[in-house]
Amino acid sequence: MLPAFAYARPGSLREALDLLKDAASAPLAGGTDLQGCMEDGVARPARLVSLAAVPELRGLEVRPDGSLRIGAATPLAELAAHPAVRQRHAALARAAASVGSPQLRNQGTLGGNLLQRPRCWYFRGDFPCARKGGGTCYAQDGRNARHAILGGGRCVMVHPSDTAPALVALDAVVQLAGPRGARRVPAGELFVGPERDVRRETVLAPGELLVEVLVPAAPPGARSGYDKARARGSFDFALVGAAVALVLRGRSVERARVVLGGVAPLPWRSRPAEQALEGRALDEGSLAAAAEAAVAGADPLAENGYKVAMTRGIVQRLLASLAAG
Amino acid sequence: MAHQDDGSGFSRRTFIGSIGVGAAGLLAPLGAGAAAQAAREVAAGATVAVTLQINGQAHRLEVEPRWSLLHVLREVLGLTGTKPGCERGECGACTVLIDGATRNACLTLAVEVEGREIRTIEGVARPDQPSAVAQAFVDEDAFQCGYCTPGQVMAAEGLLARSPHPSPEEIRAGMSGNLCRCGAYPHILKAVERASASRRGGRP
Repeated sequence: MLPAFAYARPGSLREALDLLKDAASAPLAGGTDLQGCMEDGVARPARLVSLAAVPELRGLEVRPDGSLRIGAATPLAELAAHPAVRQRHAALARAAASVGSPQLRNQGTLGGNLLQRPRCWYFRGDFPCARKGGGTCYAQDGRNARHAILGGGRCVMVHPSDTAPALVALDAVVQLAGPRGARRVPAGELFVGPERDVRRETVLAPGELLVEVLVPAAPPGARSGYDKARARGSFDFALVGAAVALVLRGRSVERARVVLGGVAPLPWRSRPAEQALEGRALDEGSLAAAAEAAVAGADPLAENGYKVAMTRGIVQRLLASLAAG
Repeated sequence: MAHQDDGSGFSRRTFIGSIGVGAAGLLAPLGAGAAAQAAREVAAGATVAVTLQINGQAHRLEVEPRWSLLHVLREVLGLTGTKPGCERGECGACTVLIDGATRNACLTLAVEVEGREIRTIEGVARPDQPSAVAQAFVDEDAFQCGYCTPGQVMAAEGLLARSPHPSPEEIRAGMSGNLCRCGAYPHILKAVERASASRRGGRP
């Protein structure tokens, strides 16, 4: 059973933000990650502020210009099944569909998937690691088969979200609201790497809530997708995830976004892979070049060298499926 | 299982002892409408009155906000058909339907599902009146020890409600949140196919 906590259920965003000014409060949406963190002692909120009755966080709308407005508390299952998302923003629908199990997707929300805490077993376990304020990243020299091959350093966690790479690839923007007002942040700037601050994964300030996600309309010639490799066939976090969004003009790639999950402490935008595609046709040569470029600079640890080849493979497989139409 | 005495005064055992004289006396069903007290706050360790709609019946009871729906079903209401497994959302043994969608009861706080329609295995698999899915599990011999079966049946109910005639691939994906340590998966998949076919009115 969870440790005892106080509980409030505000009926508006303003009330929720008021309650969350108290630093001992934590927001509760789907709760699939938060409750695990509480069980593990990684989160010890004195009060949970339920977001179940906050209307501003709900709803999934296609706007007249073709862009999407997705309330942060939208369940992943709803996102995965939405016809317009599936048709025009396939990377996001596919990523949402590949999170956890059907049960977890019915409960877990898009906002929670973006803001979930790391799965690193040292972080979740009884280790005073750097991310918890200690001096050591235990995974550096410990068991690190699931850890980062890119962008590590003071902490070699990997970002666990499937939807985050998709949203970065689709040039999405998130709307935040907090005690100091509202602000918009591009999805690619939401996440914080360990070199900047090893104690947090996002730019959210204390008391700030992720309110909604805005996905721009897919331009003509756009196609996107998401693919992941996992350790078992049923449901699991990504060993390697890849989101790709392309804009094609004729046979040529006009614009490419290649964003990796599961390989770095934050969704990893691979500009070398994008450059290997832009201005070229989607053919065997450019696919292989992009796959190779995606692992440029990879620096595997003792137990995760397999992720280099796996990343190449996932990127190439995804690009091939997009090339096939 | 690590369920401690919750101090509510009736454990599963005492409840089972009393159920014969009528659960209605303990859990007087109320009409709808008691769910609307929203922006209240509950102190840590305190209980709050909620009304849960379970299998078409309203149950008014006192819960601590930290109590999972799994705990309330089993330890407060004596509805022990829903099984505790990992209690971390990884095994699916505790699968129930909330407004028709499958959920892990272990990760669902009871206070959060006030006013929602909750269905448990007791609501779909009465011995005298099994659902098509429950009957298909019997007919296909889709279990060995049976511990995961209530969760499997509820997962299949949720899947078929959303997608009445799933492909074999959709069945595997739809049932992927439920583990079976006996490895009865092939028969489980056949049972879901049979249930789907019986709903179509044909024979499997």
